[in-house]
Formats: sequence, C-alpha cells, structure tokens
Amino acid sequence: MKITLHSMSKDNWKIWEVFIRSKNGLNHKHVGSLHAPDAEMAIKNARDVYTRRSEGVSIWVVPSDAVTASSPDEKEPLFTPSDDKVYRHPTFYEIPDEVGHM
Amino acid sequence: MTKEMSLEEKFQDYLDGENKIEPKDWMPEKYRKTLVRQISQHAHSEIIGMQPEGNWITRAPSLRAKLILLAKVQDEAGHGLYLYSAAETLGIDRKEMIEQLQTGKAKYSSIFNYPTLTWADIGAVGWLVDGAAIQNQVMLTRTSYGPYSRAMVKICKEESFHQRQGYEIVMHMARGTKEQKAMAQDALNRWWWPSLMMFGPSDDDSPNSAQSMKWKIKRKSNDTLRQEFVDKTVPQAEFIGLTIPDKDLKWNEERGEYDFGKMNWDEFYSVIKGNGPCNKQRIAHHVKAHEEGAWVREAANAYAEKQRKRKQASTAA
Repeated sequence: MKITLHSMSKDNWKIWEVFIRSKNGLNHKHVGSLHAPDAEMAIKNARDVYTRRSEGVSIWVVPSDAVTASSPDEKEPLFTPSDDKVYRHPTFYEIPDEVGHM
Repeated sequence: MTKEMSLEEKFQDYLDGENKIEPKDWMPEKYRKTLVRQISQHAHSEIIGMQPEGNWITRAPSLRAKLILLAKVQDEAGHGLYLYSAAETLGIDRKEMIEQLQTGKAKYSSIFNYPTLTWADIGAVGWLVDGAAIQNQVMLTRTSYGPYSRAMVKICKEESFHQRQGYEIVMHMARGTKEQKAMAQDALNRWWWPSLMMFGPSDDDSPNSAQSMKWKIKRKSNDTLRQEFVDKTVPQAEFIGLTIPDKDLKWNEERGEYDFGKMNWDEFYSVIKGNGPCNKQRIAHHVKAHEEGAWVREAANAYAEKQRKRKQASTAA
C-alpha cells in the first residue's frame, strides 16, 4: 500500500497537556496528555479520552512545548528557603486560650 | 562511576521512603527502560484487547448489551491512550511504540491471542480477563512512577464496570436454558487457564521481578497476585453454579487459601512466541486499521494547517 509510508511520517501529531475543571468553584487540574493536530481537535479528543464519566465542566489544552517547568535539580534553592520561615505559619504565634479562636 | 553509584543509591533511598518518581527526576537508565517496556506493553494490551470484544459489537444479543459493549470497548481505547501518554513522559514517542507493536518487537498480553467464539466469551472476558487485570492494576496504583500510578487510578475506577458487566452476562447465561448454561461453562473452561497465566511466570522463573519489586514498580509477586485472583474468583463461580475446570482445586484449611493445579507453561510460551490461535490476525488487523485510517490523520493535519494559514492571513490584513 503506497499510502502507508507516507502516513507513518505524518501521523505524529502535536502533544497537548489537558487540564479539567471537575466543577465550578474548583481549579482546572492536570489530567494527562494526548495527541491532536490542532487546539480544536485537542479539545474534542480530551472530551472523549478524559471525560467519559462526567469528570468535567471545562477543558483547557496547552501545547506541551509551551509549558516551562522548574527543574528538579533546582528543588533545593527554590523551595528550601521557605522552610526556615516558620513565622509565616499561624501556629508560630502563642495566643492565650482565653482569647478564643483566632 | 562512583558518582553514578551514589546517584543510584540516593534513588533507591528515595524510593524506600515511599516517594514517587516524576518525569523530570533523575532515574537509572534501566528503570526508565523497564517502565517504557512495561507501560507500552500495557498500552498495547488495552488496544489489542479491543479486537476480541469488538468482534461481538454487531452481534450483541440486545440493544442494552450492545450499548454496554460499545462503552466498554471505548474505555479500552481510552486506557490505551492514558498509558501511551504515561509512557511518552519517559521520552519515547507514541509512533515508535506503535511501530514496535506492529513489527513484533513489543509484546502485548498473550490472552488476547485467544478467540471469542460465543457471546458467553464476552462475559468470561469481562469477568475473568478484566478481573485478573484489575488484580494487577490495583497493585500498580501504588507503583513508584507517578504518571503510571495516576493512569492506573483512573483505569481501575473504570475497569470495575467491565468486570461487573462481564459477570452479569455469565450469570444470566448460567441461569438460562440448559444450552446457555453449557455455553457459559464452555467459556469458563476455555478462559480459566489463560486468565491465570496473565499474571506471568512463577516467581522462580521471572528474572526481572526482583528488580521491579526493589524499585517498587511492582508491589506484589506474580504468584501472590494469582493466588488472590483464584481465592476471589472461585466463590463467584460457585455462586452461579459453574465449575472451575481444575480437578486439583481445593480449599486449603491450613493456609486459608485455595490449592490449584499446574498451568501449562509450554502453551503460554508458545502463544507468546506467536503460535496462539489469533496472533497473526490481531497484528494484521491493527496494521490494516492503522493504514486505512491514515487519510483521516492526514486530512486533520491539512485542515489544521489551512486554519492556521487563514488565521495568519486575517491577522496580517
């Protein structure tokens, strides 16, 4: 079949990351990824792949290569500085019980 | 070399603390390769598994049965896609995985090389094959690789429907006419042993198992999972008056579990090697569907390109 070789080089659709809002009032949440030739098809595919059981009321699709992620190697410098700032947490402060809930 | 060693030790330490590995984290090359092999094999099984069931969509005995079977087969496609997507986070492309499947370089679960001869087989596949798959997949929800674990959580939720609908079919037939009951028993006879073999070789003959357990990719051994499946399934068969085709099957009071007979591993390896009843047919059909769908993928690309150009022209104007 002539068509075969041709198709094998062309079916590599773009990868999209899929985010779904399960109901109004909640954030969109990353659920996985899929392949699609454009954004419109990505939404349609996401609906079939990720929401067959009323999992969502809204879908976002983002081209995977548009996502910039922090590197795991930077985990220390990025996140440890906040570890020693305990005064950012309410439990750091001692308020007498008599004051009641605060 | 010493640096590599220490990275691997740190990796093992991290896993031992029950932490998950995410796509961009450092991992030993062999961990990555093992996962790519396992996840892609799992994805291929979902996709090839659509064939023995799809075979009965046009012949389902009622509209209700047809709707259910359609939904189930669509789920299997979805499961394949979640899994390909999880595998892609490890740096392999879906196109490459599909080529590996079609050229025989990648395997899929051997069970799908058996034919579905009667409607009762659709029941047996849901009850036994999906039942065995669930046993394995529930364990995999706790696997150490994050994207694989998350895909498994979603899949397990959906598989439960698959097993229940299968059992319902077998139950109805077992309680039907004499002929229907005979069909149900015949399906159980044919699917029982291949289902038990889905868990893979015995622990002593499963060379990769130990490393997979150490890396917490697997959390239970093949034999443990198989035993759990037998213990769960035997009472289900008894409840509907069907007989498990194993003369050595009996309750072991001391161990609190069933003893069961030996599996025919020669058959298992022969089917894996390509000599099962449907191996050639399954791959040939996959290739055919892939080729015949090529124009759809090309048309979608052409349409996307046209839309992009149109949008570009309108912004330029």
